[in-house]
Amino acid sequence: MRAAVVRNEAVMNEPAADAIVEVRGISKTYGGVEALRDVDLDFPRGKLTSLLGPSGCGKTTLLKIIAGLIDADRGTVAVNGKKVSAPGPERAFVFQDFALLPWATVLRNVAFGLELRGTAKEEREAIARRYVADVGLAGFEDKYPHELSGGMRQRVGLARALCVDADVLLLDEPFSAVDEQNRRKFQEDLIRLRTNQNKTFIFVTHSIEEAVYISDRIVLLSPRPGRVSRIIEPDIDRSGDPDRIHRDKHYLDTVEEIWQGLKQYVE
Amino acid sequence: MTLFGYRVPMMASLLVWCVLWEIVGRLDLMFILPPFSDVLAAAVDLVQLPSWQSATVTTLRAFLIGMLLAIAVGIPLGMLMGRVKIADDLLGMWVNIFSSAPLSAIVPVLMILFGFGENTIIAAVFLFAIWIIVLDTRAGVRHISPSLIEMARSYGASRPALYGKIIVWAALPEILAGIRLGLIRGVKGVVIGQLLVAIVGYGALFETFSRNFRMSQFWALTIILFAFALVVSALIERAEAKVEFYAGVR
Repeated sequence: MRAAVVRNEAVMNEPAADAIVEVRGISKTYGGVEALRDVDLDFPRGKLTSLLGPSGCGKTTLLKIIAGLIDADRGTVAVNGKKVSAPGPERAFVFQDFALLPWATVLRNVAFGLELRGTAKEEREAIARRYVADVGLAGFEDKYPHELSGGMRQRVGLARALCVDADVLLLDEPFSAVDEQNRRKFQEDLIRLRTNQNKTFIFVTHSIEEAVYISDRIVLLSPRPGRVSRIIEPDIDRSGDPDRIHRDKHYLDTVEEIWQGLKQYVE
Repeated sequence: MTLFGYRVPMMASLLVWCVLWEIVGRLDLMFILPPFSDVLAAAVDLVQLPSWQSATVTTLRAFLIGMLLAIAVGIPLGMLMGRVKIADDLLGMWVNIFSSAPLSAIVPVLMILFGFGENTIIAAVFLFAIWIIVLDTRAGVRHISPSLIEMARSYGASRPALYGKIIVWAALPEILAGIRLGLIRGVKGVVIGQLLVAIVGYGALFETFSRNFRMSQFWALTIILFAFALVVSALIERAEAKVEFYAGVR
């Protein structure tokens, strides 16, 4: 039995049925190092797609280009059919180091995206309270970031991104600064949030297990220059007990398969 | 501090020096050092004199105007240098030179530019205080984590919002430290300015007292100034303590 549906290079550039983000011919060079070369990718609406690869494969660069935080040297990014070159309200970013305002409470941090948009204080705080509860931080609204653990801080970062009601959530290794136990719990919560929120997630990670555990679709990038090497769609049923997934045969086989593919890039 | 197992308050060391001063003063070794009790008595008399009161008003006004100007110009200038590389390259050298130069030497030049009056004193305060404010603000802005700036951009912050809601706050601990150090230098500036102009405020008083060998009044005035500088810097320190909780975690 196949562990995953593997699409290879010949069919990769075919547009997906309903792509919310379309990346075309993106190239980026940083001071002589070619971070990305001619990347074409479609991100299907309502799915969680992971960008996976060893360090130096340009996965964070690609995510930040999609976010409009970095300009590409060549190529275009379209969201909902419209070309974008700067940040916009249809995308929200979750940062690796959380990027919270240390002088502001959890509530203000979560509402900060709305504050920048000029939403009235009462309205934005009502919305923020809902998402604070959604990510499991009810009761912590008036705490400051330094009073929270790493995992809780990233929940604040996630709530802030959910708060602005963007179509696409861009997550840059959101769990890498979170300890292992919290990461597991957070991954489970993310699977649950995904089914409730009906948003498109683009997720950068260097952890094979994490990518297979949470993704509908995994884009493997090869390093120097960063290019799409394979796209894998793990066929895993996530509806039941999340702990069961870790023992699922498809899960284990897909992890192994990706590791065999990536091994060549590791010295 | 503890001494022989007893807790001794911080001010106690000051007390030791006051007693020592009193003893040396009573020995009548030098006319420039009257007993401390005489100085205190002189201070009580001094603050009742109309000439002291008007000198204080003049001095305080020049100090406040000079400081406000130094803060109003210094913070934006420091931010500009922290954010824009060209501005930093152009101005960095001058700010560093001025912040360590013996500025007292420039005050006579200020007199030529601003005349023998309050404007020269204001300019002296400004010139003494501004550089450390610029340097500290610049350091604070440089310190800001790039992801905070990216966060603001990705959520669509306008330029004023980026500065008003992120940069000023993130750099606030350093900005306050700069203002505190600037205030102390500003006190120096106001005194040196007034001494050189010699016909206004405390400078005129200092001049009168030292020329006429009225040493207890001279010291009383010095102590009043010293106390003022300490109180002002303690006030800023309290404000700094309020933002300290996030200074380490930005």
